[in-house]
Amino acid sequence: MSFLVVDHVSKFFPSHAGGGDVCIFKDVTLKVDKGEFVTVIGHSGCGKSTLLNIIAGLETLSEGGVILNGREVSGPGLDRMVVFQNFALMPWMTVFENIALAVRSAYPDWKKEQVVAHVHKYIALVGLKGAEDKRPIALSGGMKQRVGLARAFSIEPKVLLLDEPFAQIDALTRGVIQEELVQMWNATRNTVFMVTHDVDEAILLSDRIMLMTNGPSARVAEIVDVTIPRPRSRDTVIEHPHYYKIRNHVIHFLVRHAAHAAAVARGASDEFSEAAPLVVRF
Amino acid sequence: MKINGNGNPWVISVFILVIFLGGWHVLTLGSSFEAKGKTEEQLQMMLFNGDIVRTKGGGYAWNPEKMKGVPGPFAVVEKARTELSEAFVIKGTNDHGIAYLVLYTVSRFAAGFLAASVVAILFGILLGLNRVLFRAFNPFIQILKPISPLAWMPLLLYTVKDPKWTAILVVFMASVWPTLATTAFGVSSLKKEFLHVAAILQLSWFKRLYRVILPGAAPTIVNGLRISFGSALVAVVPAEMLLGELGVGYLSWIEWNNLDIAGVIFAILVIGVVGVILDAGFNKLAGLVTYQE
Repeated sequence: MSFLVVDHVSKFFPSHAGGGDVCIFKDVTLKVDKGEFVTVIGHSGCGKSTLLNIIAGLETLSEGGVILNGREVSGPGLDRMVVFQNFALMPWMTVFENIALAVRSAYPDWKKEQVVAHVHKYIALVGLKGAEDKRPIALSGGMKQRVGLARAFSIEPKVLLLDEPFAQIDALTRGVIQEELVQMWNATRNTVFMVTHDVDEAILLSDRIMLMTNGPSARVAEIVDVTIPRPRSRDTVIEHPHYYKIRNHVIHFLVRHAAHAAAVARGASDEFSEAAPLVVRF
Repeated sequence: MKINGNGNPWVISVFILVIFLGGWHVLTLGSSFEAKGKTEEQLQMMLFNGDIVRTKGGGYAWNPEKMKGVPGPFAVVEKARTELSEAFVIKGTNDHGIAYLVLYTVSRFAAGFLAASVVAILFGILLGLNRVLFRAFNPFIQILKPISPLAWMPLLLYTVKDPKWTAILVVFMASVWPTLATTAFGVSSLKKEFLHVAAILQLSWFKRLYRVILPGAAPTIVNGLRISFGSALVAVVPAEMLLGELGVGYLSWIEWNNLDIAGVIFAILVIGVVGVILDAGFNKLAGLVTYQE
């Protein structure tokens, strides 16, 4: 059995216009192995962030279930830490305090010196030495997300959930932090579930990329294996012969096929309905 | 004249003060007594009534003890000087030195304001976290909020039967609503990511409250406290007047009863100074708990 299983999960929201519930996504099934890095790409509104929040236990699901390490997920917990798009650092706490809050919660039995050493280790890991006593307002977007990553890695969760973690960071800094994330992930081999808009980011980081169709009633249509060997880095990964094949395939999907739902609604046959997601491998 | 925002505002402040004091002095100067055109009998009568006094030069002048109209700045300064020199003197049950009066008012104010703040913040957090409760209580808050705290006074006096507690409760009623409403708002508009982090980290109920919710909503709560602070300060003066509780507000009323207008003006100034000092202390505290995003 896989480490993390999202089993036939559907999500409905009550409709604002009245009438029946609106289906956000339907029948999403995915299996993530331990130490695997899986990414979901889809247009806005396909419910990919909702899916991530369901795995985190921050939102309820309507049908199906999420199983982590053989146990059903029934609420948020320290075994599934989220890295938020807008960082979610407490602005009244310093960098150190933000991470220490997490470390103390994860390891309540630790002595003070242990907590301090652990926090400093992760601050050093993201290259923020010297910024321990700064508050988030004094940090750039990139530095804020480094704190977010340090906080997430510091509690050594079973699954890391990255919710468009670099969407609010400028393009140049984004590349640098992606590289840092690759290195951190290489060192820890955490299981990661990421949601993103950024195709290059997904190829650089992921083992598998799940492509979602547009909502409402979104589904996982294809799963793309990223057959580029690790370790990867930004400048070498684009040299690989599969890089542009994968990239083009994903972009073609997002441009041409993702909008199937609208076509289905107009009466076209639903090419992705009921069938298991297509596995694409170059 | 150039208007460019440069220059020293203190100079202008001092200028305004001088103009004000000068104008006050001139307007309250009054005319000197004119004995001409009055018979000796009339003068004797006025002297007997104490309206006028004999001057050293043998003429007549208005009796300074029986000045009519609003006293000038010098009279007020003179009054302040005597009051402050007797600041710690207790002459009788109703005649305590100004230092005691300030102490009574400040402690009355503090008791009502602090009690109201604790109640309002705790209840506000509860309402802020629970939409259903918030909507259930909101109509009552909306009805109670605009009621002048002084309107409660007869009812409070009737129920608690003690003017001392009634005065504190009036201050309480004045300061509970703004803090309650803004706390509920601040907590309900707290970024949901903060609560998500708290939920993932499995923070205990208490830790969630004092590490995340309270500091997160602190800037909004402080804004509510600031409004409450102002209305409590406004309410404490008439409460003292109406209930006859010793304090700086009551001082103003006592001096009116004594027809000592200089004393009334002095009391007004003391109320202003007490307000400024309390406000400065409040701002110091507020600066400690607010954060920038």
